[in-house]
Amino acid sequence: MSAGEIVIGILILLSAFLSLAAGVGIVRFPDVLTRLHAATKPQVLGLAAVLVAVVIAEPSWAVVTTAILIMTFQLLTQPMTAHMIARSAYRTDHVRRDLLITDELARDISESGDDDHSDREDEERADQRR
Amino acid sequence: MTFLTVAAIIAGVMFGIGALCAVYRIIRGPSILDRALAADVLLAIAICALGAEMAINKHTDTLVVLLVLAMFAVVGSISIARFMAKQDAA
Repeated sequence: MSAGEIVIGILILLSAFLSLAAGVGIVRFPDVLTRLHAATKPQVLGLAAVLVAVVIAEPSWAVVTTAILIMTFQLLTQPMTAHMIARSAYRTDHVRRDLLITDELARDISESGDDDHSDREDEERADQRR
Repeated sequence: MTFLTVAAIIAGVMFGIGALCAVYRIIRGPSILDRALAADVLLAIAICALGAEMAINKHTDTLVVLLVLAMFAVVGSISIARFMAKQDAA
């Protein structure tokens, strides 16, 4: 049993624990926004841990560069997904407003004079401006 | 049994429970956004499990699969979220 094997085992256990936490969170939490908070945990730290474990297990430049590419793409695309799902959830009223302490987005929307939250009206307004 | 074997078994059980929870949320709903989110989590767990298998068995055969999944996982959830109207709540 070498030091490398212990590090690989610990990193894999960390990733597995984050996956388990995401699964439990997505079942137990009450609405889309809180589930989003639990769900986005394994997608970055869990993947990073697993990729470091792969690099330690097979140390070569080809593996290192591919791992960096994978991490870059994941870091570029996951925030987009989370943002789009959260925006869609807010605009289609899948938010438990009784669980919110402050709703800063509602204040901003009402200040901008946009009473209806539908995308179609935004687009129509943009068309008229053109 | 070596330490790595024990770690692999424990990690496999944890990945399995996480994936089953995501499948439960895909089945139960309640909204299509929950399902898209749970599908995303299932995919992330699959990516992590593939990487863990590579690290344990010391090969790099599925590294390209990981790259493609990391690039294109975004398409499904974004198209669901972007083109969802107020009436299709389920």
